[in-house]
Amino acid sequence: MTRMSGAEAFVKALKREGVETIFGLPGGAILPICDALYDSDIRFILARHEQGAAHMADGYARASGRVGVCLATSGPGATNLVTGIATANIDSSSVVAFTGQVPIPVIGTDAFQEVDIIGVSASVTKYNIQVRGARDIPWAVKAAFYLASTGRKGAVLVDIPKDVQTSVEDMEFPEKVSFRGYRVQEEPDPRELDWASVLLSRAKRPMILAGGGVISSNASRELIALAEALMAPVATSLMGKGAVPNDHPLYVGGCGMHGTGEANTLLAEADVLLVVGARLSDRTTGLVKEFSPNAKVIHVDIDRSEIDKNVETVTRVVGDAKLALTGLLERLRRIRLEASGDSEWVRRINELRELYIMPEAKGNPHMRGPEVMRALRRSLPRDAIITTEVGQCQMWASLYFDSYAPRTFLTSGGLGTMGWGFPAAIGAKAARRDVPVVDIAGDGSFAMTENNLATSVEEELPVIVVILNNRMLGMVAQWQRLFYGRRYFGVELGKAPDFVKLAEAYGAVGVRPESLEELEREIRRAIEADQTTVIDVPIDPEENVFPMVPPGKGLKEFIMEA
Amino acid sequence: MYRSLSTVAFLVENKPGVLFNVTNLFRRRGFNIESISVGPLDDPELARMTITLKADSRVLNQIVEQLDKMVDVIRVKRLDPMRTVAREMLLVKLQTSDPMAREEALKHINSYHGLILDIDAESIIAEVTGETETIEEFLKKVSPIGILEFSRTGVTALEKGRLRL
Repeated sequence: MTRMSGAEAFVKALKREGVETIFGLPGGAILPICDALYDSDIRFILARHEQGAAHMADGYARASGRVGVCLATSGPGATNLVTGIATANIDSSSVVAFTGQVPIPVIGTDAFQEVDIIGVSASVTKYNIQVRGARDIPWAVKAAFYLASTGRKGAVLVDIPKDVQTSVEDMEFPEKVSFRGYRVQEEPDPRELDWASVLLSRAKRPMILAGGGVISSNASRELIALAEALMAPVATSLMGKGAVPNDHPLYVGGCGMHGTGEANTLLAEADVLLVVGARLSDRTTGLVKEFSPNAKVIHVDIDRSEIDKNVETVTRVVGDAKLALTGLLERLRRIRLEASGDSEWVRRINELRELYIMPEAKGNPHMRGPEVMRALRRSLPRDAIITTEVGQCQMWASLYFDSYAPRTFLTSGGLGTMGWGFPAAIGAKAARRDVPVVDIAGDGSFAMTENNLATSVEEELPVIVVILNNRMLGMVAQWQRLFYGRRYFGVELGKAPDFVKLAEAYGAVGVRPESLEELEREIRRAIEADQTTVIDVPIDPEENVFPMVPPGKGLKEFIMEA
Repeated sequence: MYRSLSTVAFLVENKPGVLFNVTNLFRRRGFNIESISVGPLDDPELARMTITLKADSRVLNQIVEQLDKMVDVIRVKRLDPMRTVAREMLLVKLQTSDPMAREEALKHINSYHGLILDIDAESIIAEVTGETETIEEFLKKVSPIGILEFSRTGVTALEKGRLRL
């Protein structure tokens, strides 16, 4: 037992969790902890807004597979974190947020900068804890890391009143924590695996839909092996992009609202669909009753409440994706399944792939989204990390930027949080200093958190921002163009700001290439110079993202042009 | 319509905020609670909650899964109505200044094995316990007499025989 303040115990507990980096913004109610951090070797990265701090922690977590940590003061500091916490939680990203709170004697009195962040964050966290005594701090920190990083991962918030931070007590640091009501079933039930493998072995047209769960359980290798054993095409949800190298012959792209023609068509034709670690949101399924209507659906997920939530399954496998896929593979090998690479189904994959190649634009003076993505791909190493903002830029990246490895395509899938990509890129860079990190941005989205240019420059976490600048809130404009008779409302951003000057104002590099060749040159220069660089790429404001499944339609009903 | 009420019982950590988190889950997911009752157990760290609701089987399964996922929920079970004893308690204040009304009230309270908890010249407060349908029936019977106010506890339930949560 050691006698120390709550704040000192907090820092020690973080060290015991292996924390090296925290993203945050200080303030009155968290000052004792900041003061204790002063004496530690934990790196504190100062965000310019708490939302950015939470997104940085999220980007750090997704890029590294470790827990991302953010910290804020009470009241507005805490509420500013909420969007970032919700974003991380819905995408099952391991983030722990620490908030200061007003001292216990004034909680409930509407004291200065008091907000009931426990109540506020209840719906957007996996769990939250308010620490009521300094001696509980070591336990609370351990519990937060444990819950955030096990089972279905998620965001946990720990709220620490200021007097709890300053109070000095005898501290014990637990080796492990447990909750009676928290059980993680990692090992799948063998009977579930048996049944699933029988279904798969009998399939004539098997297909796999891989989600973020494959990435978080590091199950890519097993997924690819299973796909090859079955000769099954693999589509991914947005969160699953990168689970299979995008140049793998069985990879057919993302599915859903902006899925590829081949993925959405094959889903409609499959007779058995294996869903792994995807929660089948409306953006992935389209109209549920027309989502893979001919398939017997097998759902593998570590979170059993996801199974049958949105799509009815024939059988389930509850457990860790890596263990489940290994179990399925073993069983299929035992029954000596030998799928042919020359079956009608495999020919169908290739036929559809040829059919839905997007034509090159001719006679358009603007750079186009897909071409910018391909140029980016050409100029970046295979292991570069991409983050995206939200909207057209995100969907072009999903459709046309090939990712080759897990944790290299990071995006706000569930919440679609504008302003996510840039701070997430900074967080990813803090975790992976060794690879280039590029935020694929839209002008509207980037403008939401561009103030973190200061963090990127000051903290020497250089990232490259490629803005597809159409001076519009592009995706909203696309919907208004296609479904509201071009009645543009609140989507025109005009020329302001000048992103080149903005970058320069923050001490970053700003450039505006006029051709794809110049864009590629600038990317290579930015990687070489290792400097925060904003590349402002003017694009056609009239350009749409295709394919697109109109809202409320089945996946087969995608459109390829306006 | 009360035949379609389903009952879910669960054990939770007996600490502040858990009831909020449970009801918040129902609110957030759009599930509707008909009644809820909570009380601590002999182990003071545990509490038992009973919720009744109207939902189809698919939604009920989802509710059970979502509750089960909550860190502070230790065990959860959908109770089979055929193997469950369920009760709720009603306190009802009846307008009984008229002697005929008083007689009528006493008759119904007796026939439902109710207890008279308070009586004065104007009114009677009675306690009636029973299944939700029984309480409903009783209320219907005494309503012509004049109900001044009533309060119900919500359902609490135990499975019969060797079954346990």
